[in-house]
Amino acid sequence: MKEKNLTKGKVAGVIANLVIVNVDGPVSQNEICYILLEKVKLMAEVIKVFEKKAFIQVFESTRGLRVGTDVEFTQGMLEVTLGPGILSRNYDGLQHDLNKMEGVFLQRGDYTSALDHEKKWGFKPLAKAGDVVAAGDWLGEVDENGQPHKIMVPFKFLGKYKVKSVIGDGDYTVDETVAVLTDGRGQEVAVTMVQKWPVKVPIKNYRNKPRPFKLLETGVRTMDTLNPIVEGGTGFIPGPFGSGKTVLQHAISKQAEADIVVVAACGERANEVVEIFAEFPEIDDPRTGRKLMERTTIIANTSNMPVAAREASVYTAMTLAEYYRAMGLRILLLADSTSRWAQALREMSNRMEELPGPDAFPMDLPAIISNFYSRAGFVYLNNGHSGSITFIGTVSPAGGNLKEPVTESTKKAARCFYALSQQRADSKRYPAIDPIDSYSKYIEYPELQDYLRDNVDVKWVDNVNLIKNILIRGKEASEQINILGDDGVPVDYHVDFWKSEVIDFVILQQDAFDPIDRASPIHRQKYMLDKVLEVYNTPFSFNSFEEVNPYFKRVINEFKQMNYSEYESDGFKKHEKELNNIIDERKTA
Amino acid sequence: METKAFQKIYTKITQITKATCSLNAEGVGYEELASVNGRLAQVVKIQGDNVTLQIFGGTEGVPSNAEVTFFGRPPVLKVSEDLAGRFFNSFGLPIDGGPEVEGEEREIGGPSVNPVRRDQPSELIATGIAGIDLNNTLVTGQKIPFFADPDQPFNQVMAMVALRAKADKIILGGMGLTNDDYLYFKNVFDNAGALDRIVSFVNTTEDPPVERLLVPDMALTAAEYFAVDKNENVLVLLTDMTLYADALSIVSNRMDQIPSKDSMPGSLYSDLAKIYEKAVQFPAGGSITIIAVTTLSGGDITHAIPDNTGYITEGQLFLRRDTDIGKVIVDPFRSLSRLKQLVIGKKTREDHPQVMNTAVRLYADAANARTKLENGFDLTDYDERTLKFAREYSEKLLAIDVNIDTETMIKTGWDLFAAYFRPEEVGIREEYVEKYWPNNE
Repeated sequence: MKEKNLTKGKVAGVIANLVIVNVDGPVSQNEICYILLEKVKLMAEVIKVFEKKAFIQVFESTRGLRVGTDVEFTQGMLEVTLGPGILSRNYDGLQHDLNKMEGVFLQRGDYTSALDHEKKWGFKPLAKAGDVVAAGDWLGEVDENGQPHKIMVPFKFLGKYKVKSVIGDGDYTVDETVAVLTDGRGQEVAVTMVQKWPVKVPIKNYRNKPRPFKLLETGVRTMDTLNPIVEGGTGFIPGPFGSGKTVLQHAISKQAEADIVVVAACGERANEVVEIFAEFPEIDDPRTGRKLMERTTIIANTSNMPVAAREASVYTAMTLAEYYRAMGLRILLLADSTSRWAQALREMSNRMEELPGPDAFPMDLPAIISNFYSRAGFVYLNNGHSGSITFIGTVSPAGGNLKEPVTESTKKAARCFYALSQQRADSKRYPAIDPIDSYSKYIEYPELQDYLRDNVDVKWVDNVNLIKNILIRGKEASEQINILGDDGVPVDYHVDFWKSEVIDFVILQQDAFDPIDRASPIHRQKYMLDKVLEVYNTPFSFNSFEEVNPYFKRVINEFKQMNYSEYESDGFKKHEKELNNIIDERKTA
Repeated sequence: METKAFQKIYTKITQITKATCSLNAEGVGYEELASVNGRLAQVVKIQGDNVTLQIFGGTEGVPSNAEVTFFGRPPVLKVSEDLAGRFFNSFGLPIDGGPEVEGEEREIGGPSVNPVRRDQPSELIATGIAGIDLNNTLVTGQKIPFFADPDQPFNQVMAMVALRAKADKIILGGMGLTNDDYLYFKNVFDNAGALDRIVSFVNTTEDPPVERLLVPDMALTAAEYFAVDKNENVLVLLTDMTLYADALSIVSNRMDQIPSKDSMPGSLYSDLAKIYEKAVQFPAGGSITIIAVTTLSGGDITHAIPDNTGYITEGQLFLRRDTDIGKVIVDPFRSLSRLKQLVIGKKTREDHPQVMNTAVRLYADAANARTKLENGFDLTDYDERTLKFAREYSEKLLAIDVNIDTETMIKTGWDLFAAYFRPEEVGIREEYVEKYWPNNE
């Protein structure tokens, strides 16, 4: 590294966390700087430059800050530290390790290191002397909590390099040199297990990004069956408060078929993060035989933490996900909630007195959101391996109104839309995903349809479309009944309505707190879907509408008992038998 | 107010608005306190040597040559055991005629708790009200508001909850409280013999509105003292947070900030979250639980204040008059306690969750039946039974005058199911039905 001539400045104004600095040299947009407030350094980011003034957003409280305080600029953008030891950590929005901080309260300027610099990792070389490599190529591997963590040529390296040497099998700390590369001009560069990368720049060391085609199982029936998400797909969950966004996201994070889970708790409740802290270390992970927490990283910027770091937190999370994707892993990235991130942007734009867009959000909000979503995806790496980031964000629309800027901008960017309905939540029909308003664009992809035919059932896609129709018909029947009265419509209307209710109660509704019902594997979903369609295809006879409701209540009850029972257990079979008897009672020959 | 010797006095005010004034001053820290002709003020903006002060008492009568002195520190509260039993104004000064409290000075509005140093809330708060304990169980470390219309008895219910909750300390933060309500709280706490475990910070409607902005931070600084230093379980009552948010919008308006939805400042979410997120369960045993009131205008919960609140708090409680029984009930549809999952069926009987959900679902069926009835349609036998169930459910469980323990509530639930329904109509897990369904004698 060459000696840098760093710019310095002095505080000239303070408006909450926006600070104006008179600078003595060049500054760049998004450059990181530190305010030297008494004994602590406060980290901040340049967000606007006007003549000799830099406008910086401070990632901490500015209480007590005075005009004239010194500021040091770093010439670097906000970066994360990448290396083994990220998994199972709890970071703040700027990747400081929360567990390493002293005391009960967060002290400003308490910047802890992201990685453990003492721990030794068992390194296995993957490259050998003489190999020609480029940024992102794998040099070696360490075992990180059961995941193959690749040590790569740092992403910042440009062009081709020749491997001069790679260290042999053994235990090393992250800071020890594990390989020496030679660049085109014969210069030697040492590579350790650690590298840095600016969070606002996507990591693009992959060959190509095809359309995603593999189902990502979440165990949530209304998603997997009706509106599936795919490995490398994007989705979002808008819903008013109390509609179950967070419960649903937690369920997905616990159950989804991913190698690594990154959770960005962005401007949400601290107790929800505490719930993850408390539960994830306890949850057994059937795939690795370890605990779920061991393959999870949490970025926590709760609503009471500094607002500027909230914006950074989603980028930090995405960059960590991209790092692991480059190792050929499948990452599930969840952000709860992207509205809080948008609000953080709004607060700053407001303080800078920018002309506001709709609802006082900054004008470039749609562009910011779609750029962010586009960083997810399924990729083939340069070495032919594949990796993916599946991204699901929640949106908290103001007043539950889906016609607000964050929801509308996100709708343009994300391919799956899981609309949580207040009405369903009020009647405790959880998860409250509206089956008719929600959609998955992926189910129209021929790639995914082929995959589902091959891996689930040849009739799967047709059946899914069929039950969507049944649900719509049921809704229409219910409206007719409400308008014309129970006896004002043919009995068939009641039957249509109740057949759709069977789907609602058996497929759509799922008890996230029941130890068995909360996760339903796809083969079980197929079995239940077939069973529900058997009921649908059975012609029943009723003498009057009054017989319809009690009859289907019994049908639903047996189905629910099946959902509550271990798959194919005696209890499950007993209820299925009982269900068959009930079906036979009214089956017309 | 204390004064220091050799303090620099400024006398040239350059700008006065209804809530703020500006002057040229040097060496001033952000959020520092100041005195403007004896009125307390706080630094809200510094641009070069121009400093903007928010004057809590309002600017009426402030002259352009007012004397301004800076305190060199943000607002503080002196904390000690002596706080207990006392009534203070927004600045932490006694209003009960007693002496000033001696103790350690703590900055109000201090830093947040590191999330990894929190414990998951797990202690149930029993209130005896089934609309809360059965359907929306409260937990220590939770934050939850009543969303209420101004004519509803929220302060009474809140006082009742506070007294039954068995907290070590109750801290009342009154913002724009009418004098009558202030006296009501004082009276109720006094009659219950609870005054010695109550600390009150009160801004009444007679006080300037901007002063309210200090009340939550004062109350929560006192709460943190008892919860962290003394490991006590502290219950904080904040009423009315809508008036607090209104005061925020007054200040931001005077500072020419661009308003977002409903004329509220764009930072409303963060401002409210800073207060509510002080609710916490500490591993050492202390806790802060916040019960607040957000009054609604015309029941509109999409307004920015209740809407942002709802996204921050762990649920909300709605009161409603049930015309069937002529009593106020805790609305089972719109009320929600998010933390109930941490205790129901764990600290209470195993069948609690299913009994709770089933009763609410049947109550919803009754609401549908009522709609049918109103539209002039015939009711089925099932409809008739749900209506009867709903009436009794309201009377025996939802009404706020009910005071029974949780086990009795669950038992009452089963009795009502058995009185009007068959087991297959309620859809509860079979093992619970076998175990708890009342035997027909």
